[in-house]
Amino acid sequence: MSGGEEVLFWVLAPLMVIAAAGLLVVRRAVHAAVCVVFVMIGLAVLYVAQEAPFLGIVQVVVYTGAVMMLFLFVLMLVGVDAADSLTETIRGQRWIGVLLGLGLAAVLLGVVAQATFPPSVGLEQANAVTNPVALARVLLGEYVVAMEVVGILLVTAALAGLVLTHRRRLGKKPTQRALAEAKVALLPTGRHLTPLPAPGVYAQNNAMDTPALGPDGRPLDHSVPRVLRIRGQQRSATELLTAEETLVERRQGSDDVAPARSDRPEEETR
Amino acid sequence: MIPGVAADFSADTIVTSIVKAVLVVVFLLTSVLFAIWFERKVVARMQVRPGPNWHGPKGLLQSLADAMKLLLKEDLTVTRADRVTYLLAPMISVFCALLVFAVIPFGPSVTIPFTDYSTPAQLTDFPVATLYVLACASIGVYGIVLGGWSSGSTYPLLGAVRSTAQVISYELAMGLSLVSVFIMAGSMSTSSIVESQTNLWWFLPLAPAFVVYVISMVGETNRLPFDLPEAEGELVSGYMTEYSSMKFAWFFLAEYIAMINVSAVAVTLFLGGWRAPWPLSVIGDGVLNTGWWPVLWFLAKVWLLMFFFVWVRGTLLRLRYDQFMVFGWKVLIPFALGWLVALATFQWLGLAGVTRTQMFVAIAAVALLAAVIVWLLPERKSPDRSPDDGGDGRFDAFAGGYPVPPLPGQSLPPSPRARRTVPPAPPESSGSPADVDAEETR
Repeated sequence: MSGGEEVLFWVLAPLMVIAAAGLLVVRRAVHAAVCVVFVMIGLAVLYVAQEAPFLGIVQVVVYTGAVMMLFLFVLMLVGVDAADSLTETIRGQRWIGVLLGLGLAAVLLGVVAQATFPPSVGLEQANAVTNPVALARVLLGEYVVAMEVVGILLVTAALAGLVLTHRRRLGKKPTQRALAEAKVALLPTGRHLTPLPAPGVYAQNNAMDTPALGPDGRPLDHSVPRVLRIRGQQRSATELLTAEETLVERRQGSDDVAPARSDRPEEETR
Repeated sequence: MIPGVAADFSADTIVTSIVKAVLVVVFLLTSVLFAIWFERKVVARMQVRPGPNWHGPKGLLQSLADAMKLLLKEDLTVTRADRVTYLLAPMISVFCALLVFAVIPFGPSVTIPFTDYSTPAQLTDFPVATLYVLACASIGVYGIVLGGWSSGSTYPLLGAVRSTAQVISYELAMGLSLVSVFIMAGSMSTSSIVESQTNLWWFLPLAPAFVVYVISMVGETNRLPFDLPEAEGELVSGYMTEYSSMKFAWFFLAEYIAMINVSAVAVTLFLGGWRAPWPLSVIGDGVLNTGWWPVLWFLAKVWLLMFFFVWVRGTLLRLRYDQFMVFGWKVLIPFALGWLVALATFQWLGLAGVTRTQMFVAIAAVALLAAVIVWLLPERKSPDRSPDDGGDGRFDAFAGGYPVPPLPGQSLPPSPRARRTVPPAPPESSGSPADVDAEETR
């Protein structure tokens, strides 16, 4: 280790250990994922520092950029968000976990304690033709058969994933045109061609439960969300309009009240 | 000297590196200020309006004013936000965006004025520099994803999910198009790739890969027509909906730096890097490719691509999400893969001793054969797409169940009420007979 590398290691290693320990402590799944990402990037930096730039960068691109991102994607979609329940699904799983963890720690400590660190040999020769080229010669030269076998295995697995999640389409896929025609065909049944109108926006009231007014001044019932209508939480527009009309009258005092049509809040607000 | 890298960094000390890093950051920040002004001005000219013209000459200080406004605004944190992640997300975005320019060569070896100290106009380079750019881009997505998730709100979450899917998909196509440059240049270090374009810039021989790269770079930076993660009409502004003040400014900064980044990568890999364009490059035996001149060419090319970004934004409409994904996975990636296989085959044939002429003859023969086959194939009958004319040329005014006007070439059938227009209208009626008819039918 040169001076710079040592400094880098002693700065990065404790942070990585903290992040790894954080994985055990944090309660939210996304925080755990962030901790894993930090450890991965720290590992990549250490790889680069140890003259394996290709490995380090590919670690970030493949694992951090793609695999971990997919995990996060699923986490966000599934919404494993609230603190997980602590009920044990397997009897005594906590003790089994502790026991296995201790066993792993013992094995690792044994390996580390017995390891000796002789000066590294052959790094210069291995990297003489630049790291990626040397790696390519090993992978695509000496171990090409193993590489191909692993590649075929991965492709098979990917295909299997596709096949297992594939559903055969029962009918023809509806085209945009067919959908439009179906919509139009439903017109006589009272369906609307356009998106549903937004609920009403009034001078004093702007809420989901008040219907908007149509161009003819009548309230549009379907502008209120269906759930509210079924629950009976819809407010009537007349109530609101009377309230507003009295307000207008109050403001105009005893003057001639403007024709009711122009007081329609619809025209004021749109 | 690092093996496999064309630029020579052996004279660089740690002070040189720090100075270069600071210069890169300063360059990026000022470029962003300029880019925002540039974009607004160019889009405005395309829409025949003046654009920002109030602050400073030609409105140049507008972005500075915007930046000050963002600095001084109230910094809101949504109640349901996950505080640590909420703060972390914009930082990740900006940090990753700033990292990319470390490996972009601004020019060859330059001499510092008034000294005889010369150093490459590039912070650093290593044998896998281009992959490093991809790595930075892929970590940058975490900023968007975590920002969307930590806001604790629906629109940002949807924007973040879209963005993840988008960037992962388009990064594949982008990576595949970069691989063809690696194959031709025989290196992944940026300075070596620029070195390999001395005679021919890669965008000509690798035109298909260049097209794929340009499309995927627009997708990667979430710009129109691919700005689905922040589609205003659907998602308010996507993952940054709940951000305000400086945190929002960081996202904004990251977005514009990302644009400059992908443009710079395109220039370095496909457009000759800092090399002078053809008529200029022959002047005085390539004197314009030495000294500080290359920085000028590099910046000119980057801003040409930035103009392209703005142009596309001013011209194209946003795609629908499913169309966008179908385009990425079913068109762009298979095409890039096919191109890569073809290119690798040609390289292999070249190594095996087949000459260029033989290859071109073979390609021409295959193309001719394909053309003949296509010509001989029976033409597929196009499905009857217009229900309006019912196949017999007659106009159906209620085709598909709703009233339609006649197409060009069709004429309205004579109205069954036409004979009733003959009697004159009664004098007190204000409407024309046609109106009366319309009234009756209601």
